[in-house]
Amino acid sequence: MSQETTIRENLETHIDEHAHDHGHDHHDHHQSFISKYIFSTDHKVIAKQFLITGIIWAIVGGGLSVLFRIQLGYPDADLNWMRPFLGKWITPEGHIAPEFYNALITMHGTILVFFVLTAGLSGTFSNYLIPLMVGARDMASGFINMLSYWFFFLSSVVMAASFFLATGPASGGWTAYPPLNALPQAATGSVLGVDYWLLSIVLFIVSVLLGGLNYITTVINLRTRGMKMFRLPLPIWAFFLTAVIGLLSFPVLLSAGVLMLFDRNLGTSFYLDQIYIGGEALANAGGSPILYQHLFWFLGHPEVYIIILPAMGIVSEVLSVHSRKPIFGYTAMVYSLLAITVLSFIVWAHHMFVTGMNPFIGSIFVIFTLIIAVPSAVKVFNWLTTLWRGNIKLNPAMLFAIGFVSLFISGGVTGIFLGNSSIDVELHDTYFVVAHFHLVMGVAAFFGMFAGVYHWFPKMFGRHLNSTLGYIHFWGTIICAYLIFYPMHFEYMLPRRYPTHAGFDTFGMFAQLNEFITIAAIASFAFQLMFVFNFFYSIWYGRKLRVQNPYHANTLEWTTPIRPGHGNWDGEIPTVYRWAYDYSKHGRDFIPQTEPLSAYELEHGEHGDESDSDIIQHEKHNG
Amino acid sequence: MWLAIVAMVMMFAAFTSAYVVKKADVSNWLVFELPVMFSYSAVIIVISSICMQLAYITFRRNRIGLHRLFMVATFFLGATFLVLQVLGWQELKAEGILLKGNVAGSFLYVISGAHFLHVAGGVIALLVFVILAFTRYNKPEDTLLENIHPDKQIGVELMATYWHFVDVLWLYLFFFFQMS
Repeated sequence: MSQETTIRENLETHIDEHAHDHGHDHHDHHQSFISKYIFSTDHKVIAKQFLITGIIWAIVGGGLSVLFRIQLGYPDADLNWMRPFLGKWITPEGHIAPEFYNALITMHGTILVFFVLTAGLSGTFSNYLIPLMVGARDMASGFINMLSYWFFFLSSVVMAASFFLATGPASGGWTAYPPLNALPQAATGSVLGVDYWLLSIVLFIVSVLLGGLNYITTVINLRTRGMKMFRLPLPIWAFFLTAVIGLLSFPVLLSAGVLMLFDRNLGTSFYLDQIYIGGEALANAGGSPILYQHLFWFLGHPEVYIIILPAMGIVSEVLSVHSRKPIFGYTAMVYSLLAITVLSFIVWAHHMFVTGMNPFIGSIFVIFTLIIAVPSAVKVFNWLTTLWRGNIKLNPAMLFAIGFVSLFISGGVTGIFLGNSSIDVELHDTYFVVAHFHLVMGVAAFFGMFAGVYHWFPKMFGRHLNSTLGYIHFWGTIICAYLIFYPMHFEYMLPRRYPTHAGFDTFGMFAQLNEFITIAAIASFAFQLMFVFNFFYSIWYGRKLRVQNPYHANTLEWTTPIRPGHGNWDGEIPTVYRWAYDYSKHGRDFIPQTEPLSAYELEHGEHGDESDSDIIQHEKHNG
Repeated sequence: MWLAIVAMVMMFAAFTSAYVVKKADVSNWLVFELPVMFSYSAVIIVISSICMQLAYITFRRNRIGLHRLFMVATFFLGATFLVLQVLGWQELKAEGILLKGNVAGSFLYVISGAHFLHVAGGVIALLVFVILAFTRYNKPEDTLLENIHPDKQIGVELMATYWHFVDVLWLYLFFFFQMS
């Protein structure tokens, strides 16, 4: 232990000296473009790399959804105008080929769940905010952090390459269930696409694990003086627990993926049993496709919390800062995050109610699933009470944070329905499920991400985003999101993953509704493109940030220079004396974490009378 | 390092629990004897783990000569373990248990293979530490602990932690297969 402390001190003085030199002589330290922006070990640059890669993937993933929404909304339209860029995936009648439709939804799910909402959200903000908010010069290991990004990049390249395969990318759903995905004969996407998919996911897991190791180590070891765990801002708690979940669940997906690769390429039968193709029995025997589902959802369910926890953390911070009020129930917020973390590991089988599992086991999973509603509701009430009678500043960041709460409630309510196995059996694999998870973890997580981008953009790039475009972006997105997913609840009998419902008389009544949803989806995509324009335009031409602390916020990142260099603080790392949420306290608008407690001032969580009586009791006891 | 170990533990926990679930599930589960080589390799890796610990202790006590000796011993025992595993697989193959065959065999290959890769990574790291042990401390005034950048000091400790981890992991897997 003592050895470790000496190392840390040594490291710190080393960096301190470095930063010192830097301050004295600006020309001593030339970084080439490559070491500064490409193979950078600075957590701030890596965060931006994650963010921009995430944005590119979001455009791709969103674009795919527009394609398949066009097919769903206009099943009879002539789509031959897409032929120049989709080629043979347009059938001679001018529709999207069913195989390609499946590939589109598979890639849409994979890209958004893993590349955008895991890497783009937690990769960006964990990297950016953890060192800045805990008061560290950089991550525990800048090099591993860099590796984390480049593994993600490699994984992206492999996934992108699979689009150009002659047989198309993986098309068996983002969950990649066997046997559909385990047998090359089963679907065109399974010929080669799934191998690319698995390889890409394996690389992605490596990236997540390397990143997560760093986040956890940094939060535990590199907090500045006075930064106790219960003085951490809530985003840091959220990122920390997200990394813990990732570290425990992603290796299980790795196992599942490795077994699948063996089944596909080396003739084993972990997931395969008694399969007939074209009347001929395959040699594979003894496997079980349900085994894959267990392994997959042991990651898959925690994964949705990996997506939503960072958004929750970001929203807690943004709501508090822009209401000029302390976050309501800080400790309850932390414990509810912890509760969600623990519970997320014991609910996975609620994705598998229709696999013929023992109903008794099913009901145990129902109970755990419904228990998750408790910490989630605690958080929702605390957000609402934070807003209550606050001095609310309705800037785009704040609007997106409030929008997050709205969407999280709307999507969460249907979770109660789906968590019950008896109802889930009816609703399984319908558009009701699609509506539920898109609201609660898809759009909601996006709103958390947008709130974070609008809030911290000035810190990241030293310029402001355009607010007018921000307001249009918010209202456009939230209206479109509800127009897409609210009507989808009515399609509770419509099965997912069908390229067209035209052949079924029962579903004819949804034709116009589907068209309506498609129009809303296209509009929503257009608003996102506008945001992307705003984002890149403002990096270079936005209004310049002229003050160090534009929001009058308490947290440490606003004590750094306007454009912080590598090492974050020019001088010494600040010391922390209080929690992050002293807003509107003792008649003062805000009190930064770096300000010592004044005489007779009590820290948050200390109760004057009680602590006094404790002392008295203590003295009595002793004397 | 400890966190990375947690991740690896989760991966192997997934493999072995999959194995347990499968075994309860499948009627034609093949029961067979573990190759005798796997028992030898278990003994070897325990000895190598002891050597690694001794190498670490001698490192902390500045005994350069002994440190070198134990590092080399650990390295060769580690390499021997790898050879024994390969021999073990050949033994299995000779008995007709193939990767492609019964699921029981497939699991054995995949799990022991994953462990093999972890040990192989460890052996490569050991080689690095052996080379360092022989190149680093040649000047008479050099001692092991002083004059070394603190970053490098924890290297040997981390190596020892990892090596004990793969050792315990193999013992766990070995008894796990033995029991079932």
